[in-house]
Parts: sequence; C-alpha cells; structure tokens
Amino acid sequence: MTLEFLVASAIGVLVAGGIYMALRGRTFQVVLGLTLFSYAVNLFLFASGRLTVNRPPIWSKTVTEYADPLPQALVLTAIVITFGMTAFAVVLALRSFLETGSDQVDGDIVPCDDQQSDGNDTG
Amino acid sequence: MSLITHLAIAPVVIPALAAPLALLVMRRRRALGIGISLVSAAAMLLAALALLWAASDGTIRTYELGDWPAPFGIVLVVDRLSAIMITLAASLSVIAMLHAVLTRADRKGWHFHPLFQFQMMGLNGAFLTGDLFNLFVFFEVLLIASYGLMLHGQGPARLKAGVQYVIVNIVGSSLFLIALGLLYALTGTLNMADMGLRVAEIGTDDQGLLRVAALLLVTVFALKAALVPLHLWLPRTYAVSTPAVAALFAIMTKVGVYSIIRVVPQVFGEGAGAAAWVPAPYLLPAAIVTAIVGFGGVFVARSLSEQAAYAVIGSTGTLLIAVAGWQQDTLSAALYYLVHSTLAGAALFLVADVVAHRRVSSVDNASPAPPFAQRQFIALLFMAAAIAATGLPPLSGFIGKLLILESVADVPFWGWSWTAILFSTLIGVIGFARTGSMVFWKETAPSKTGPLDGAMPTRVSRADMVAPIIAIMLLAALSAGAGWATNYSTEAAAQLLDSAATARAVLGGR
Repeated sequence: MTLEFLVASAIGVLVAGGIYMALRGRTFQVVLGLTLFSYAVNLFLFASGRLTVNRPPIWSKTVTEYADPLPQALVLTAIVITFGMTAFAVVLALRSFLETGSDQVDGDIVPCDDQQSDGNDTG
Repeated sequence: MSLITHLAIAPVVIPALAAPLALLVMRRRRALGIGISLVSAAAMLLAALALLWAASDGTIRTYELGDWPAPFGIVLVVDRLSAIMITLAASLSVIAMLHAVLTRADRKGWHFHPLFQFQMMGLNGAFLTGDLFNLFVFFEVLLIASYGLMLHGQGPARLKAGVQYVIVNIVGSSLFLIALGLLYALTGTLNMADMGLRVAEIGTDDQGLLRVAALLLVTVFALKAALVPLHLWLPRTYAVSTPAVAALFAIMTKVGVYSIIRVVPQVFGEGAGAAAWVPAPYLLPAAIVTAIVGFGGVFVARSLSEQAAYAVIGSTGTLLIAVAGWQQDTLSAALYYLVHSTLAGAALFLVADVVAHRRVSSVDNASPAPPFAQRQFIALLFMAAAIAATGLPPLSGFIGKLLILESVADVPFWGWSWTAILFSTLIGVIGFARTGSMVFWKETAPSKTGPLDGAMPTRVSRADMVAPIIAIMLLAALSAGAGWATNYSTEAAAQLLDSAATARAVLGGR
C-alpha cells in the first residue's frame, strides 16, 4: 500500500461518489455531490506537485530537495473559489425551493412519498 | 514603463475599482451609482480602443504583474486577438448597459451595476491573461458575476434555469481544475507560452496523459461555448435572463471560443511534437452539429428571446467550423464572424425586449397579438437583426459567412462544412421569417379577451430602441469597414499561429 495508491484511490472514490450524487434529481444531493467532487479536485491538484514527504516547500539551509510550493497555492485558490461557489449554490437551491416549491433540479414537482409529506407539513 | 505599458491592465482595473464604488454609493444615490457604472464602461471602451490601436503595429505587449518575470509571475499579453476581444466586450457592455439604464431594467435589483462591472472585469481579464490558472480565476470571476446577473429580476423561471446554469458551470470549473492539474504535473508551468515550449519535450510515456489533459481542457471551453453535446444549459438560461443581461451574455459563449483559439495553437500547436493539434479532429463534427442544432432551434423556437438564444448557439457552431480549419485564412474569417455574431446575437435579444415591452400579455411569444405601438419601425429593426444573425446581405453576417465558406473550401471535409452552413442559414431564414410574420403581420382584435390584453401601453418611451439601433449600426459599420476589419483579423490570425513569436515576446530573453 503505497502513498500513491492511497491518494489515487481516495480521489477516485470521491469522484465516483461526487458524480453519482451530482446526477441525482434533488438539489441538496447535487450540492453534496459537487462538494465531494471539488474535494477530489483539490486533492488531485495537490498531488500534481508530486507526492513527497519531509521536504520543505520554500527554503531551508539543510536540504537540497524541495517540495513544489505552487500546487499548494493553487489548491488554496481553488478551495476559496469552490467554497464560495458551493455557498452560492446552496443559497440558490434554497431560494429556488422556496419560490418554486420544488427541489428538483429541473424545477418539476415529482410526486414521491417524502416530498408529498413535506408538502403536507408546510401547506 | 510608459503609459501605454500600463494601459494593458486598465481594462481589468477600471471595473475592479468601479464595482465597489458603485456598490457603496448605490444605496444612497442611485443616479451616482449608475453614473459611475456608465463612466467606467466608457473608460473601458477608450482603453480598449487605445489597445486596439497599439496592437495594430504587430508587437506583442506584455505586462508583468508585480514585475515578476514570466514564467514565474502572472503575465498579461496584449496581441491583436486580445485587443479585438476586449474592444468587442467593451462595445457590447456599453450597448447592454445603455439598454438596461434606458429601460430601467437595472432597477429591478440593487446590485445590477456592481455585478455588471465584475462581469466586465472577468471578461477583460480572461481575454488578456497569458497564464492558464489566471484564466481559470477570471473565468470564475465572470461566472460568479454572471450568476448574479442571470438571476437579476428574479422570479421562478429564472431561479429554475439559474440552478441548472450554476450546477453545470461548477462541474465545468472542476473539470478545468483537473485539466490544469494534469498540465502542471506534466510541464511544471502554467504560463501558456512556456507550456507550449515544454509540451514538445514530454516523453512518450506521458503522451496519453497529455492528450487527456488537452481534451479535458477543450471540453471545458466547449462547455462555455455551448458546443453541441454540451449546449443544453444555454437556451433556457439566456431566454429567461433580463434581455440587457442576455445581450451581454452573447459574449460569454465567445469566451469559450476565444479560449479554444488562444490555447490550442499556443500550447498544442505545431511545436507540440506528438501532441500537436490533439483536439482538432473532434472540433469540426461537433461544430457542424452545433450549427444545425442551433439554427434548427431558431426554426422551432416559440418566442423571440428563445430564438435569439438558439441563434447564439448556431452562430457559435458556424464560428467553430471555421476555427476547426486551423489555418490563417479560416481563423481570420472566424475572428471577423466572431465579432459580427456577438453583436448580432445581442441585437436580437434587445429587439426581443423592445417587442416584449409593447405587447403586454403575449410579450415576445411568437403568437399573434393586438397591434402595438411603433410596429413598423420595430419590424424593421427585427428584420435587420435577423438578417445579421442569419447572414444575408447587406449586413456583416453575409461577409462573415462568405469568408468562412471561401476559407474552408481547401480544408478536408469542406463539403460537410458547406452543407451545414448553407442548410443552417436556410432554416434560420425560414425560422426568422416565421416568427417575424407571426409577431409583426398577424394581429388579433384588440382587447375583449381580457382586461390586460387590450391594455396596450398608450405612450411607450422610444428610448428602449436606442441600444438595438446602435448594435445594428455597429453591424453596418463592420460591413462597411470589412476591408479594414479583415486585414486586422488576418494579421491577428497570423500572429496567433506564430506561437514561437508569442513565446519570445512573453518569455523575453529566456
């Protein structure tokens, strides 16, 4: 079990889960899927600077081998952006649910059990 | 560092300063906020024109942010292509903003003007940057602003379309990051010019990965450009947006096309070794289907704004048919048609809005309604916009399509391209004729059907016709100045294909 295998499989599982969730019909599940997907992307970006252990990113007197600092900066930017986007998507999904009365991504009202009970509760 | 050097960053800095200023003063003095926004749009147009003039001598100007030398720092590159694009964006923003202010569409929410400025900042930045990750960041800036603008005015229809638009684009951004990660891992740089040099040195073991990265990157750009399998988000989004916003969005699909034109020759061009022109074979079939699906949508659309949205898709398809040739004359034709189709798409959305203002209950649906004010003149405007969008003479669409047909004639599979362009033009013309005659010629008896139906606004301000007239006049000017414009676009295409010269200019003495 190498570090590479661990990181690669983690990314793979996150992407698989993210895509599965993003293809669901409900906005909440889609947002969760997008979040998983963006975690995977962040990990992937991080790994693009090679997986190294015990190397300083910028400067140290004692070593000659360094870790690549740039992917870390990229990941930081990517995390900030996806965090903002996710927050926006959550608010938008909520607003859309409140205005249209449906939490389906295509805006249709699907008569399934739990949604009807939701409808009964509110109305 | 002379003034002209610093001018390169002006199109990014002006809206970045204007947006928070407008946001601050908007709550207290609305007129002042609108004034700031208008001044900023005018200043952007001036800066863009100055850059267009400066770039016409053929030198590639670079601007190193923080004076960090490329490829370590972020660099802005002003060549002919980016000068064309920012001038187009600035002209379009003036038209769209004028329309929003004159029709008072900007008053439906508090943040129209700040969001508009941020949108312009994202667009200009994306057109200027020479760094791939910076391109991603500016994409995000323009996207987050576009989410806000698209939802401007609110209502259930916009929210429904907005959810899809936002989700599709978040997925697109994630794919963009994966492609960037792959490219960085392979080349160790994010500067486009530097990447183009290093791609050639990649060993045979990593070629598969490089191809995946290239195709993923082009897929993301194709998603933004609404190329066919990835176009489904566009019609609903554009059709329900506030028309002034939809007019500005006419350039959003062109950002995708621009990115393809910019990145493919620079990074995966002639010098890329085994990976040269990897995305090229997939582009032409997709573009042909896009042209037919787009104008097919024009043929069946049920409202003028939906029709305009499909016309945007169709014109992107036509444009990419030319781009997929990857030769100087096809790219030159593509650039001319790009400028034209953006303005034509915007004109269509604006005319649809003018119609919708006057037909109270049936808005811009393609159905008969009681006669409305200034119908003849608006019919003329619609005809001009439709002529431009389909590519009939005398407006610039005809010249653009003619150039494309002529230039793709010596590219493989030109028969398919010709068939697609001519057939899509035919169904486009029929589609516009159908909705035009339905909206402007057929009429129902006024009133009686309901209280709202007959209540035609007695005095409609004619101010809302100003922006569409300006757009159509710009199209006429593009047609009259076609010689000058095609010269410029030919030189821009030559500059674009000479990726080695760009690399020399960007990387300096390295």
